[in-house]
Amino acid sequence: MSGPLVEVSSISRSYAMRSGMFGHSTAVHAVDGVSLTIPKGETLGLVGESGSGKSTTGRIVLGIEPPDRGEVRFDGKPMAAPGTAAWRAQRARMQMIFQDPLGALDRRLPVATQIREPLDVHGLGTPAEREERVRELLRAVELTPAHGARYPGALSGGQRQRIVLARALATKPDFLVCDEPVSALDVSIQAQVVNLLCDLQAQLGLTLLFISHDLRVVRQISNVVAVMYLGRIVEIGSADDLFARPEHPYTQALVSASPAPGRRSAGRIVLAGDPPDPAARPQGCAFHPRCPRAIARCASEVPALTAVGGNRQVACHLATGPRAETRDAA
Amino acid sequence: MVTPLVNIQGLNVAFNGVPVLRGVDLTLEKGEAVGLVGESGSGKSVTWLAALGLLPRHASVSGSVRLDGREILGAPAGELDRVRGGRVAMIFQDPASALNPVLTIRKQLCEALALHRDLSGEAVKAEARQLLDLVGIPDAARRLEAYPHEFSGGQVQRIMIAMALAGNPDLLVADEPTTALDATIQAQILELLSSVRREMGMAMVLISHDLGVVAENCDRVAVMYAGRIVERAPANQLFADPVHPYAQGLIGALPPLDGPRRRLTAIPGTVPDPARMPSGCAFAPRCALAAEPCGLAVPSLAPIANDRVVACIRAEASRRALLGIAAE
Ligand SMILES: Nc1ncnc2c1ncn2[C@@H]1O[C@H](COP(=O)(O)OP(=O)(O)O)[C@@H](O)[C@H]1O
Ligand SMILES: Nc1ncnc2c1ncn2[C@@H]1O[C@H](COP(=O)(O)OP(=O)(O)O)[C@@H](O)[C@H]1O
Ligand code: SF4
Ligand code: SF4
Ligand SMILES: [Mg+2]
Ligand SMILES: [Mg+2]
Repeated sequence: MSGPLVEVSSISRSYAMRSGMFGHSTAVHAVDGVSLTIPKGETLGLVGESGSGKSTTGRIVLGIEPPDRGEVRFDGKPMAAPGTAAWRAQRARMQMIFQDPLGALDRRLPVATQIREPLDVHGLGTPAEREERVRELLRAVELTPAHGARYPGALSGGQRQRIVLARALATKPDFLVCDEPVSALDVSIQAQVVNLLCDLQAQLGLTLLFISHDLRVVRQISNVVAVMYLGRIVEIGSADDLFARPEHPYTQALVSASPAPGRRSAGRIVLAGDPPDPAARPQGCAFHPRCPRAIARCASEVPALTAVGGNRQVACHLATGPRAETRDAA
Repeated sequence: MVTPLVNIQGLNVAFNGVPVLRGVDLTLEKGEAVGLVGESGSGKSVTWLAALGLLPRHASVSGSVRLDGREILGAPAGELDRVRGGRVAMIFQDPASALNPVLTIRKQLCEALALHRDLSGEAVKAEARQLLDLVGIPDAARRLEAYPHEFSGGQVQRIMIAMALAGNPDLLVADEPTTALDATIQAQILELLSSVRREMGMAMVLISHDLGVVAENCDRVAVMYAGRIVERAPANQLFADPVHPYAQGLIGALPPLDGPRRRLTAIPGTVPDPARMPSGCAFAPRCALAAEPCGLAVPSLAPIANDRVVACIRAEASRRALLGIAAE
């Protein structure tokens, strides 16, 4: 494969949050030292529970929001300053899709008009060419011109998400950030959209950052998956074996919590306690208050993300690398 | 034969003349856990809202719902009030909306206890604390004095379970109880539900769009499509060997968590609009096995094995098709 399209180096972002009865301002470390690389044409999946920093990471990668620290490089170049011509040129090559297609669409306009909008904004093609491109995009997302004439309210949830996807593809982007794009859809419709995304990616050579709390969907679509917990990546590795052989105790708990037909809940790891408050992140390993394997060191020392063999990296004091060959041979 | 705890027969519901439940049959034995799955809008919630007399007035309901052999559909309001929260309790996806934000948890729990149990004074307070303990709220004595907003989403669902248990119910209807929760919290709540069920010998109906959740927590499963039950089977059999093409489709659409990745078998199209239901089998427009006779009459639930029923005139063909795939 050719080089990386997206390189994220140690980005951090915190927000000031007022809390408590005296209105003290505390810092919420939404993202803390995240590094990621997405090769051209590949998909990186980002999983984690709500509040773990997935969406913030997505916004920073898209350049919608600058990081406090760290850097994002797109196609070898640093992200340009927001508002500049260079930034607009870069941004035209990136698009995003969110969970709620109805919120992303204007209820008062036929959807075909909304698919054409980015072409109008960027002045791409003659009016006739734009019309043809809209028809082509509708076909690409397996809808008809008749669907294009409808208003968002007259389409189903799955069809609306296809419209959002068609609009995102209008400017022929290289990179797509999908933030929980199928989380609101029923499983059968979810499968339609996931298959469509996979097909379009193969046809168009798209690079994807795919964010979801759903382990199954993320594995289905990703080459590499990163697991986030309280703003940090705790484990990253190839989608094929990350969930089959999770190394980090949190990933193990997540996999164990993911219900599977044909399995009864016996033997499940059930974590005690609530997901912690990002505004009061525990010292040391942020997972230690809930970790079934925590040792004394975990309460004081932050574990670094460390290679443990294969292309797996784990941030846990108990992960010892590199892995023995026996596992690779298995 | 033993009388089932609940016996629903031919339950029909229409809103403003548009039918949304079209003859639902379902029984529930004492102490058993039955799952109800199906796409949104298939009628899972309406089935239980109708059974318990909780639908708005513009709903027309017919059929039969028996609790321990006694008809409760259309029963007087006073009797239904005793059933709900007493013998049958319900919890929902959005527990916060079911709690009163301006009352302490103690007040709300004590109210439920006073209503359904013959307790008073100190005994009520002690029982409220015990219930909060039972559902795993740490420091129960102190937390009783807190208001709903002072609890996390998972804890609020625990409190709802405590409220539901206040009436010592024989049946708990849990409608998407973990859908709004994160994975690790969902696992906690499901474990809590199964442990209280074991302890109290309570039956449960678990409504969920998540096949895995139902598979792991239920003895039997009913699959609903467009206002009808299309397949009913023991949970392990349904997931290993679904027979109705819609049940096969739902299971095929679920991405695997390990093993080789395969293209998902998406079900084409969308659920029909209740106001424009196709004639015959409602699944026909999306069904790969549909043939001419499918459009003629609505297939009825017919037995195909011990404790298994399917509503598909081509159940045999569908079974062969599945085995053919499995043999590859
Ligand atoms: N614009 C913002 N202002 C204040 N806090 C924010 C903002 N965006 C995100 N956060 C906080 O940052 C943390 C991470 O949020 P987010 O990236 O949305 O997580 P996720 O997408 O994994 O659910 C959360 O605690 C969230 O409340
Ligand atoms: N109060 C109501 N008024 C009118 N239609 C309703 C009402 N409640 C539910 N419906 C309709 O009944 C059908 C079944 O809904 P529901 O039982 O909530 O589905 P599920 O729980 O399976 O997602 C849907 O078409 C829904 O729109
Ligand atoms: S570093 Fe310690 S607390 Fe953190 S995951 Fe590893 S064992 Fe658990
Ligand atoms: S009756 Fe016909 S259309 Fe309906 S599920 Fe069976 S084969 Fe498909
Ligand atoms: Mg998010
Ligand atoms: Mg429902």
